[in-house]
Amino acid sequence: MKVLAAMSGGVDSAVAAARAAEAGHEVVGVHMALSKNRDQTRTGSRGCCTVEDASDARRAADRIGIPYYVWDLSDDFHDLVVEDFLSEYAAGRTPNPCVRCNERIKFASLMERATLLGFDAVCTGHYASIRTDGPGGAASLHRSRNMAKDQSYVLAVMGPEAVGRSLFPLGEYETKAEVRAEARSRGLGVSTKPDSYDICFVADGDTRGFLERHLGEAPGEMLDDQGKVLGTHRGTHGFTIGQRKGLGIQQPAPDGAPRYVVDIDPGTRQVVIGAGELLSTRELLATDVVSFEPLEVGRRVDAQIRAHGEATPAEILETPETGGGLRVRLSTPIRGVAPGQTLVLYDGDRVLSAATLERRR
Amino acid sequence: MSLDEGERAYLDHAATTVLRPAARDAFLEASAVRGNPSSVHASGRRARGVLDESLARIASLLEVPRSWLIMTSGGTEADNLAIRAVALGARQKDPVRTAVAVAATDHPAVLATARSLVVGDPGITVRELPVDHQGALRAPAVAEALADGAVGVVSAALVNNETGALQDLAAVAAVAREHGTLVHTDAVQAAGHVPLPSWDDVDLMSLSGHKLGAPVGVGVLVARPGVPFAAFSTGGGQQRGVRSGTLDAAHTAAFAAALGEALAEREEQSARLRELAGKLRAGIREIDPQARFTLAEDTPQSGHIVHVVFPGADSDSLLFLLDERGVDSAAGSACSAGVTQASPVLAAMGITDQQARGALRLSLGWNSTEHDLEILLAALPESLTRARAVGALMG
Repeated sequence: MKVLAAMSGGVDSAVAAARAAEAGHEVVGVHMALSKNRDQTRTGSRGCCTVEDASDARRAADRIGIPYYVWDLSDDFHDLVVEDFLSEYAAGRTPNPCVRCNERIKFASLMERATLLGFDAVCTGHYASIRTDGPGGAASLHRSRNMAKDQSYVLAVMGPEAVGRSLFPLGEYETKAEVRAEARSRGLGVSTKPDSYDICFVADGDTRGFLERHLGEAPGEMLDDQGKVLGTHRGTHGFTIGQRKGLGIQQPAPDGAPRYVVDIDPGTRQVVIGAGELLSTRELLATDVVSFEPLEVGRRVDAQIRAHGEATPAEILETPETGGGLRVRLSTPIRGVAPGQTLVLYDGDRVLSAATLERRR
Repeated sequence: MSLDEGERAYLDHAATTVLRPAARDAFLEASAVRGNPSSVHASGRRARGVLDESLARIASLLEVPRSWLIMTSGGTEADNLAIRAVALGARQKDPVRTAVAVAATDHPAVLATARSLVVGDPGITVRELPVDHQGALRAPAVAEALADGAVGVVSAALVNNETGALQDLAAVAAVAREHGTLVHTDAVQAAGHVPLPSWDDVDLMSLSGHKLGAPVGVGVLVARPGVPFAAFSTGGGQQRGVRSGTLDAAHTAAFAAALGEALAEREEQSARLRELAGKLRAGIREIDPQARFTLAEDTPQSGHIVHVVFPGADSDSLLFLLDERGVDSAAGSACSAGVTQASPVLAAMGITDQQARGALRLSLGWNSTEHDLEILLAALPESLTRARAVGALMG
């Protein structure tokens, strides 16, 4: 196959590209330039988007012996990921930009472009497994063998068609140490680089400051769950459901218990503060559903709402076919469900569906 | 990708041309000589002799005294000296000379240097000279920019590095002379392709080795005596004290050899490359009637660059597809990370970013052949179809 290997400059994508080349594919490395104004050198733990990263990716491609290009996808990235991130926060929601980037850039813009240029598949350094357990032997997406690094949650939104045109060679590795060892043995000089965890386009890691700079101040009231005004805030975008720190309320709760953001209403710009129990929910409603196979009401599944979270057993109450969206009931309540987050349903380690959570009613 | 170098068409001579065997030989021979040319002992004298021989040859080829040469690390450093050191030097000599004027289409080595002067010294101003849609300086704008006598040095490339447009330096010089303004030209893309300017018209000229067939890492600024330089690179005081640093005999020898061949072959090569460029244009036109050539055929130009826009095509994709099919070519100017950026040269010519999408620069050199054209023309149809599909996707 002719394979486009997306190379960030990090160890994972370099090893993935090497594995694809070794498997006999005709591999071309592509580094996506996602910002017009790129720092010359990396600062902190960030693992993408600098000229230094592009240069690391080029060196890795040379070592592997594959051609290498930089493609400018910064316009798409800005319009489809950064702007989405801002407008979602402005709407009182909690988006995951990595999910958006996978949905709209890596497995959309990049993949479509690759297809038009004659590539059969896109290879990345994501930790997930691809098998053929889908309906009629279609490609299916699974958790990686290395559960600690599993990224099937942020990939699920790519959908079955894109999975069929992807390669995730790292899904079969048990540990990150194996990947690093492999990078070392292949002479890929990136094996000591730290992993990147933060939002790549928030250069200093200060997400709240980034949002304030871009969205400005939009003051509103902070209320308790009885509607009593506790104070004011500078903008609903400074808060996410389940947030406990940085609420800026002087007087403690009457019972002395910790308080959390339990609701955000961007319309009235009100932020509601309350006890932890108010965060708990047993029922989830999600829209924009992407499914790998038909979903049936009553089916028992596992539901996950965070990239680094556990899945909770659940039952499907309503599907897009039977109702307005995807509704599931959880076997045990979970906390911190925020609109805009991604809901991913699993059957064991196999991804069934991805969707976007709506505001609780 | 599976093609070896021999089967590829190298159509990016304007970026770096192919090393001339004579330059390589000269480099290797001179690099074996022991000693520092500034030392007084026998080895030093021998090294100085090799260096002087090369300098004498360069001076004779350029028809200037040897003392006019300031060897540099390349065209960029030569341009930096001409803009930075001369602008500041001119003001030191005459405090009313507080401005520099540069063609809006000049290479970043000139443009960015001029702009950086202002950042470092608010007392300096930069006047950017507009061009017409074919890249020629607008005479009234040049006259206006120089009229108050504040411009210490005016700079315009003889041949533009992206389009190949040839500038009428005599016209600029006529205005500059009236106002006592020094004239610099970046002739990096011109040498070996068009006649070099008359020393009646210019005071400073930059040349670069790797555009002539010498290795990367050597260039020269040719400067008339009396051109005022502010201290630029301080140290041992070599080269009029303008550019300190031990002179590099090997690079200088290679430069002399490449320049010698390039100038000796110029007329013959120029005619040959113009003919190839004509065939290239005709072949492209046949494949894609929509293709727009940035310079009209009757526009004065160097002849070794064909700049063409394929409407609706994505340039990055086109470069990729051609590369895959054995063609080395270029689009706009590339930044250090390899991202193709919208071309300021085309923008200055009134071509919008949107109109400049699908731009391709094909440049010929001393060893280009008709076979190179054949490889390109064979690769172009499918590459264009696919690059247009990507262009449509990107909207």
